Amino acid sequence: MYVLRRLPSLLATLFAVSLLTFLMTSLLPGDPALQILGAENATPEAIAEVRAELGLDDPLPVRYLAWIGDALTGDFGRSYRTSEPVAEAIIDRLPVTAEVGILAIIIALLVAIPVGMLSAYRAGTRTDKIISSTSFGLLAVPNFMVAIFLILIFSVTLGILPATGWVNFTDDPVQNLRSALLPALSLAIAEMAVYTRLLRTDMIATLQQDFVTMARVKGVSNRRILFRHALRPSSFSLMTVAGVQVGAIIGGSVVIETLFALPGVGRLLLDSVVQRDLLMVQGVALVIAVSYVVVNFTVDILYSYLDPRISHGRSAARV
Amino acid sequence: MSTARPLDGRVDEPLLEVDDLRTYFDTPRGVVKAVDGVSLRVDRGKTLGIVGESGSGKTVLSRSIMNLLPKNNTIREGSVRFEGRELTTMKNKEMRTIWGAELAMILQDPMTSLNPVTKIGEQITESLGIHLGEKGKTARAHAVELLKSVGIPAAERRLGEYPHQLSGGMRQRVTIAIALACGPKLLVADEPTTALDVTVQRQILDLLESQQHQRNMGLIIITHDLGVVAGRADEIAVMYAGRIVERAPTKELFARNRHPYTEGLLRSIPRLHQPSHTRLQAIPGRPPELIDPPAGCRFAPRCNYAQDKCLTETPLLAPHAAGHEAACHFPVGTTAGQEALERNLAAGRTAAGTPLDSTLIATAGAA
Amino acid sequence: MSTPVPNLGAPHPGATSELTVSDGLIAETTEVAAAPGKKKRKRGLGLVFWLATSWLVVVLICAVFADLLPVKDPLTPDVINKLAYPGPDHWLGTDGLGRDTLARLVHGARVSVVISVTAVTIGMVVGGFLGIIAGFFRGKTETVLMTIINIILAFPALVLLLVLLAFVGRSLVVISLIVGFLSIPIYTRVARATTLAVAEREFVRASRTMGAKNSRVLAREILPNVVLPVAAFGLVAMGVVIVLEGTLAFLGLSVQQPAPTWGGMIFDGKRYINEAAHVVLIPSIAMFLTVLSLNLVGDALRTRFDVRGSNL
Ligand SMILES: Nc1ncnc2c1ncn2[C@@H]1O[C@H](COP(=O)(O)OP(=O)(O)O)[C@@H](O)[C@H]1O
Ligand code: SF4
Ligand SMILES: [Mg+2]
Repeated sequence: MYVLRRLPSLLATLFAVSLLTFLMTSLLPGDPALQILGAENATPEAIAEVRAELGLDDPLPVRYLAWIGDALTGDFGRSYRTSEPVAEAIIDRLPVTAEVGILAIIIALLVAIPVGMLSAYRAGTRTDKIISSTSFGLLAVPNFMVAIFLILIFSVTLGILPATGWVNFTDDPVQNLRSALLPALSLAIAEMAVYTRLLRTDMIATLQQDFVTMARVKGVSNRRILFRHALRPSSFSLMTVAGVQVGAIIGGSVVIETLFALPGVGRLLLDSVVQRDLLMVQGVALVIAVSYVVVNFTVDILYSYLDPRISHGRSAARV
Repeated sequence: MSTARPLDGRVDEPLLEVDDLRTYFDTPRGVVKAVDGVSLRVDRGKTLGIVGESGSGKTVLSRSIMNLLPKNNTIREGSVRFEGRELTTMKNKEMRTIWGAELAMILQDPMTSLNPVTKIGEQITESLGIHLGEKGKTARAHAVELLKSVGIPAAERRLGEYPHQLSGGMRQRVTIAIALACGPKLLVADEPTTALDVTVQRQILDLLESQQHQRNMGLIIITHDLGVVAGRADEIAVMYAGRIVERAPTKELFARNRHPYTEGLLRSIPRLHQPSHTRLQAIPGRPPELIDPPAGCRFAPRCNYAQDKCLTETPLLAPHAAGHEAACHFPVGTTAGQEALERNLAAGRTAAGTPLDSTLIATAGAA
Repeated sequence: MSTPVPNLGAPHPGATSELTVSDGLIAETTEVAAAPGKKKRKRGLGLVFWLATSWLVVVLICAVFADLLPVKDPLTPDVINKLAYPGPDHWLGTDGLGRDTLARLVHGARVSVVISVTAVTIGMVVGGFLGIIAGFFRGKTETVLMTIINIILAFPALVLLLVLLAFVGRSLVVISLIVGFLSIPIYTRVARATTLAVAEREFVRASRTMGAKNSRVLAREILPNVVLPVAAFGLVAMGVVIVLEGTLAFLGLSVQQPAPTWGGMIFDGKRYINEAAHVVLIPSIAMFLTVLSLNLVGDALRTRFDVRGSNL
């Protein structure tokens, strides 16, 4: 099965990612012991004691194995600052980031697919030019700017959506959606532009394919050609890029969660970076990188369902 | 005109009648006159071969006849009547009732003319659903029958396969099955065998021929290779630079070709009785630009017969025998032509300034 | 693994457009046969391109000559005139402390330009070098290099950046260096893809089979053909870096106050969004125009110099 064939490479990537996370956070300057103790309590003896306790004096491979072994059992250690278990802190905040991120992707796709298709269908016309220049322009608008303007419009001027804060889904689904909407939109705008442009290009190429001509001479309606014949073969790079762009969304969530005061993973990362809470940084970075890798792996698998040429073992011209 | 009931063909009309069809593209470099005054006729059960070098406008002609070209940068004049119905003025909506149902097409590359991500079965049953209202089991059974009729073994299983799982020849059989699905009255095959192996080419052509006979269907085979239509077409039209330069029943054309371009094409077909080392003669030079083509005869720069008159006066199609027309001032096999050739041989160059090839002198002497 | 494209120092995948002209459901594109000997259709770069270039030149001049330009001092507060609208006194108004917006924009340009130029230069030189090596010599070198690069790219870029900033600290220089360092992988990838395409071309293959020295082929054939596409990419990447500075400013991680940066100005202005939206609007527009211009110019050049058949 395709999934099984891809599994070794997934495991290898995960290993590499965990190793990189570990090295990055272990080799860079900054002594965790010093952090835990605080400057005033940091006598040399105390530092040595804490370092021994944390195993910081062991050789690197030993430290990596200990760390990853614990991580695999769900133990990422405790925050140097708050003593909160890192794993718990992450699990608490993950749903917020995931909800906003997924919502953003859904919004972006919901807009980009029809708009991109329309643009391709009407390629060269005024409609297309308007869509193309708008999306080109949107690429130059950073998400924090989008957020500011969305707040200005929807919270300050119209007062219909909250500018900050988060309501859990389990507490109040409607309020939850309202609190997620502006953050998700802020993340979605740039994605929308990316997807639209990508789909347009691919769709234009597809519409020039012989099989589209063949469909026309079969008497198939344009609408059906667009949706049933052309969309799927045009969506391969869209899928791949959507997976890759999850990275941008995760990065963006740091900004957006800060701006909208959402209790998500991005905010957690930022806070721990600012407070130099190293174990927390390490844990969050690992979780983010692993999620990112897994998302892209999943996209790869989905891709093989979309394109039978891959799952049937032939190499297809991948973009 | 029969515009009152545009969707009903009339049996007393010819199957396809193309009259002075022009198809130009407005491009940034100028107007490309890809099809420039073509008239054709295809009857029920007959095969028309359209032959010409690549770039001569064959594909554009076929798309123009089929009404498939984009509207925005295309200029189209003349008329295309399909069983008396004028196609050039039809909207896509009307065309859709004709496409697939009465008028079908197959393309050069079966690799690209099937949707790579859709199962074969679905691609066949789609038009069955649209035109015949067949669904589910009925459509499936019909599809199996179609696949069998085009010589695909294990037809049942193929329905669930994707195009990439089939060989090129099999794929072209599938596209034929799709084209034939709703029993079209006319099938346009644009270079149906160009992308295939030589052995497979023959099988596909045989298949087209037998299906045509069974269905009494009109067939247009477009090719750059006269050999492909040699034994199969009832009539052949030779196309050069957007125009038909010679048209004749197949036998007549091979026996008494009149146009120097046709002569060139004939020389480039491999013949069985020739020793295998005989070099095929391709026509030297390239087809002219279709943007602002030169005045006079468009073939003149490459023509061994070209005289001054050819550079100024455009030759029109003129009858030579029953059903045989050629557009040439100095037709091959006539005294005028023979004299023209001799004049050029004596001068060592044609009126267009093209030097004459010495091997040609030998051939001409032998003729 | 699928090949993630990172988002740091890398343009949005959609930022690189193909200028395809088409007519909707086209039956077939038969290209207009380019007659041999005739020059290809000359495509002018157009008015928009030159407008964008001019804007970039203006920004560059501001950055370089900020101290010499006849603008007010960007740090001097003018409390009476705080949040002033654009007028004769303050051409673009003032911020919440009454500091002159125009002056701050001009001086802020310096930060944007320094960070983006440094980062892009580092990424382009190092990444470009690695990519050419990988694409030219192929084999083990390529495998190892690309594996490492794909692993680095498996991290969302901003996450890497934040982690590094947490440990290494932040100043204009450090930020520029880190961003440059982090953008190496993407340039490697672009340069490699371009090199692969160039190396496949007739003249390169010919000179290689004719026994030209590798170094000679690299210097004479590959490098000149790879530099332009990579540089075009670098222009678009500059826009990304400028946005990144803004992002860092929002996170409170950019260059320390009170030195003006565009990102910092937007961040500060956000506070007055109710009363004086222009305070946030003006630096936003400056940043937007700059990034847009970089995208436009980079994209136009990329389309011109593109030697690759496909995306990355
Ligand atoms: N959409 C179009 N726009 C501009 N020129 C075109 C277009 N389609 C075809 N042409 C031109 O028309 C000429 C004939 O092309 P074509 O019909 O494909 O030739 P053939 O099928 O005989 O090889 C070519 O010179 C081609 O460049
Ligand atoms: S003889 Fe004259 S008219 Fe006839 S094909 Fe040659 S150039 Fe054309
Ligand atoms: Mg053709």
